[in-house]
Amino acid sequence: MDYTEYKKPEYYWNRELSWIGFNERVLSEAKDKNIPLFERLKFLSITASNLDEFFMIRVASLKDMVHAGYEKPDIAGMTPREQLKAISRKTHELVESQYRVYSRSLLPALKKVGLHIVGRHEDLTKEQAAYVDEYFEENVYPVLTPMAMDSSRPFPLIRNKTLNLGSLIKKKDSKKNKEVLEFATVQVPSVLPRFVELPKGKNGERTLILLEEVIERNIGKLFLSYDVVCTHPYRIMRNADLSIDEDEAADLLKEIQKQLKKRQWGEVIRLEVEDGMDKRLLKILKMEFHIKDEDIFSINGPLDLTFLMKMYGLDGFEAYKTEKYIPQPVPALQNEDSIFANIRKGDILLHHPYQSFDPVVDFVRQASKDPNVLAIKQTLYRVSGNSPIIAALAQAAENGKQVSVLVELKARFDEENNIVWAKMLEKAGCHVIYGLLGLKTHCKITLVVRREEMGIRRYVHLGTGNYNDSTAKQYTDCGLLTCREKIGQDATAVFNMLSGYSEPSTWNKLVVAPLWMRNRFLHLIAMEEEHARKGQKAHIIAKMNSLCDRDVIAALYAASAAGVKIDLIVRGICCLKTGIPGISENITVRSIVGNFLEHARIFYFYSNGQEEIYMGSADWMPRNLDKRVEIIFPVEDERLKEELKHILEIQLADNVKAHQMQPDGTYVKPDKRGKTLICAQDYFCQEAVERAKKPAAPLDGRVFIPAEPVE
Amino acid sequence: MQILTFAAIDVGAYNVTMEIFEITRKTGLKSLNQVDYRMELGRDTYARGKIGNEMVKELCQVLNDFKRIMEEYQVDDYRACATSALREAQNVEIVLGKIYQNTGLKVHVLSNSEQRFVGYKSIASSVAAFPQIIEKGTAVIDVGGGSSQISLFDKDMLVTTQNIRVGSLRLRERLQGLENEARHYEVLVEEFIRNEIVSFKKIHLKDRKIENVILIGDYLPRLLVHETGDRQVISKDKFMELYQKIISRSPIELAMIMNIPLENATLLMPAAIIYRCFLDELGADTIWAPGIVLTDGMAYDYAESKKMLRSSHNFDNDIVMACRNIGKRYGVSKSHVQAVADIALPIFDSMKKVHGLGARERLLLECAVYLHDCGKFISLVNSVECTCQIIMATEIIGLSHREREMIAQTVRFNTLPMESYERVSRWTDLTLEDYLTITKLAAILRLSNAMDRSHLQKIERLRAAVRDGKLVLNLETKKDYTLEKGLLGEKIEFFEEVFGVRPVLKVKRKL
Repeated sequence: MDYTEYKKPEYYWNRELSWIGFNERVLSEAKDKNIPLFERLKFLSITASNLDEFFMIRVASLKDMVHAGYEKPDIAGMTPREQLKAISRKTHELVESQYRVYSRSLLPALKKVGLHIVGRHEDLTKEQAAYVDEYFEENVYPVLTPMAMDSSRPFPLIRNKTLNLGSLIKKKDSKKNKEVLEFATVQVPSVLPRFVELPKGKNGERTLILLEEVIERNIGKLFLSYDVVCTHPYRIMRNADLSIDEDEAADLLKEIQKQLKKRQWGEVIRLEVEDGMDKRLLKILKMEFHIKDEDIFSINGPLDLTFLMKMYGLDGFEAYKTEKYIPQPVPALQNEDSIFANIRKGDILLHHPYQSFDPVVDFVRQASKDPNVLAIKQTLYRVSGNSPIIAALAQAAENGKQVSVLVELKARFDEENNIVWAKMLEKAGCHVIYGLLGLKTHCKITLVVRREEMGIRRYVHLGTGNYNDSTAKQYTDCGLLTCREKIGQDATAVFNMLSGYSEPSTWNKLVVAPLWMRNRFLHLIAMEEEHARKGQKAHIIAKMNSLCDRDVIAALYAASAAGVKIDLIVRGICCLKTGIPGISENITVRSIVGNFLEHARIFYFYSNGQEEIYMGSADWMPRNLDKRVEIIFPVEDERLKEELKHILEIQLADNVKAHQMQPDGTYVKPDKRGKTLICAQDYFCQEAVERAKKPAAPLDGRVFIPAEPVE
Repeated sequence: MQILTFAAIDVGAYNVTMEIFEITRKTGLKSLNQVDYRMELGRDTYARGKIGNEMVKELCQVLNDFKRIMEEYQVDDYRACATSALREAQNVEIVLGKIYQNTGLKVHVLSNSEQRFVGYKSIASSVAAFPQIIEKGTAVIDVGGGSSQISLFDKDMLVTTQNIRVGSLRLRERLQGLENEARHYEVLVEEFIRNEIVSFKKIHLKDRKIENVILIGDYLPRLLVHETGDRQVISKDKFMELYQKIISRSPIELAMIMNIPLENATLLMPAAIIYRCFLDELGADTIWAPGIVLTDGMAYDYAESKKMLRSSHNFDNDIVMACRNIGKRYGVSKSHVQAVADIALPIFDSMKKVHGLGARERLLLECAVYLHDCGKFISLVNSVECTCQIIMATEIIGLSHREREMIAQTVRFNTLPMESYERVSRWTDLTLEDYLTITKLAAILRLSNAMDRSHLQKIERLRAAVRDGKLVLNLETKKDYTLEKGLLGEKIEFFEEVFGVRPVLKVKRKL
């Protein structure tokens, strides 16, 4: 189908700016006075770490493009240079906004609840100062490594993302009129906590001071024969985009290990300095880091707000935190039967974190012990430290099962971690594979092959999120446990393909990227368009993390223009524009930002009454559709379909945490006046608790098929 | 319920495939996992005559991985077969040795006729209507990487099967550099194979009407499966439509459009042209494309041998029929060979406890009976030598090279004096065990042949039984049996020498 007319640049938002918009939405949670205070700290911290990652990956890659003279505009018609300019403006605004929230809103509120943060060491009382100095002598001084720059010592290596203190110093005995300033720097040690709690005040008030202030106060002790003229904190961000040329890397593993060491040497792309830094000091930093003004951020407050996440962990403020939610058991599994017996009764839907992630761990764990299980295969993308899944897989191998694990080494920022796991699994006797050249393996699938009375039966878990038991408590994801024959066959073929064997001539049920998925989605969208043209009801609901694929968006425009109702729930980047006359008036976009990170991908097509629902690991992004191994799977069990429709409905009804995209690209929360408040995440929490209370009601009309006697 | 898990490995010209099957009496064959690794062994063989070290290394790696996958399903048994890429490689023995050493897998090199037989078993396994189809004139066309095979069936019987050394990979390698000129290329391929097909028609087809064509092979038939659906049938027009789609595009375009790997696409075009040439010449009404591969046949064969499956079609009978048809071509007296068969088989059956041979050897004996007189077509003086050469030069479906050799030697020692194993092993590669078998078969054949010495089919009824260390042959005849009885002495001596059982004739003259 020809969608050219829908591909004009003016119909698209730039993805980077859209991402910044997402971070603004997270920031708006930090501003929200209805949210417990400490939760707001957490949101602010998240915006800071998000922004760091954004610079390291996205800005870095745009810089690379500019260096390479790459001028091709993006889908919104912006060249890399133009994008960088716009990003610089937007991020400066964002950072200002972050610190406004920090100093004008959060600090006073914290003080009110009895937590005081000393911003400047000059403000310490005498007793406090004495305590701080002692702390410095005992704990900090021994781990500091001050470094100076002069004619014999070049400018030292400043590590990526570390916090540093820069000073100008001069020799004590130098004559007044011949003032020679030297540059010195010391890293604020990352091995020590970022803040120090001071002894409690008389009325029980608690006080914190940041580590850099402690050092700054005592900086003179580091340069004894010098006078310290000024000291200011600064922080740099380097280009960390890890692009490996896979065609050249003979051994993928080695190459990544090499790249890890190289990463800290990358080009400096952002410099954060304390507002009011001495001009002479700033000049030295600017020169040494080769950085332009637009990449410098003058910060009115402490650099690197990610310490707020640690502050969230301070005990004693439980009243200002949201009560911790405990994931609930899954009703279909609340019985004495083995997980395999339960799956044989019918497909099981898992909804994390409302429902516990334990069934997934159990699935692997029971398989590792079950004498009838022959083989276990699983893809691992990001695993938690101390992952029970890894332990179960290793155990299975030791129990003589055939265990194959695909470890994706290229999972961003997790490379080091993954290599360790891969080696450990290999030692335990697992067959470890590293995926396909040039394609990241992003699908989440587990296959258990079991020998039963009636022959081989395959059990499959398919998910939208990683096999990571700790993120499963924070990310909302869905999973499916099934033993449907056709899905089992496909799952086997997926692992064959991942091991380097030919793809099957056809897939039964699964839709697999990179080869088949894009066309399948385009086809599904086009079918809705056709139904709408015939005057039939047509409806698409799609929930994902990001939407930025030009072809998919163009197809959605065409469908909307033909009258298809399209409701999108896109948490992050969304390059689609709503409200373009005649094109996207039938499209709504909403983004839910809440306590849990929305992570599930669910795709609903009305399909002329034959509703089709898919779930999977892929967003509608070019990288998911073209550069990764992804799986989208249909949900066919009627009960489960109803359940998923219910999930989508509640999300669409959310008027507490949902932000709706406006034609101008901004997001606003819907008008709540006169409406019952629905917060989808809270709703699902309550629902899961209620459902877990009563045992699963027996389903009508179910017939158990008696097993046949052994011949 | 008894369940067997079986792995079939096919080391082919352009890929190495393993398919794991679950076999039950109730549901038959069910494929659990199909693993396919692209590797052009044939390129080495067809271009350089042997398989290079790198290839062997890679092959061993793949086979080791297959072994691991077999363990995933805890297979009860496996068969690994290799076809022309290995068969035609000069260093085949070395390669097999290395494979065994590195993987512990025993790879069996199929002769072409065995390979085709398995291929055709696989059709029977997946086309339910197979017995009905072959009631009428039917051609099975199997285009492989190194060669193509055409087999004719009529009235539920195999008429003939012939191999043509034209295959998709061989063709691609031979005509490299020309494939870009699509039109021209088509004509070239046609010229290349046309006369082979025409001479096949002249000799074997004669006035037979071909109504069905069954296409098997790796590439095109698999694509056709998408078109045919469950019926497994495709019309000529539909076929030509697809053909035009393939032929008018470059391999790269093909790969894109059909969603297949580029290498498959480069083989698809020559394969398509070969199929079309056959279809043009045979002019069949119905085209069947069951989309089956060698591994299906291997599994079927295995299931049959384990008595998990029973076919309505008698495959052994096809082998016998093929031998009778060869005999017919060389003007063998039909009544004589039939009479010998009627004597030899009862003797074989009655001696089971003595000779300890099985059904397969019985089949070899039957083949030897039907073929033993072929050489007379060429020379009456030197007929034995000629018979042996005919047997060795003719492809007999379902028989391996070794088995043909055994038949030829049985026929040789039917007439010529028995020689020592040491001497026989000089001109054959038979093992001592094979030698003992042919001695036994030859002894039976000699005796049986002599019992119809006059070619007059004097025996009306024969009962054979071993009693008190003697083989008692009760026969009824209306004619004078003096000639036979008189000349039997020497054969009886040899028979006793071989089996330690002396045949005793009891002739009952019916008047």
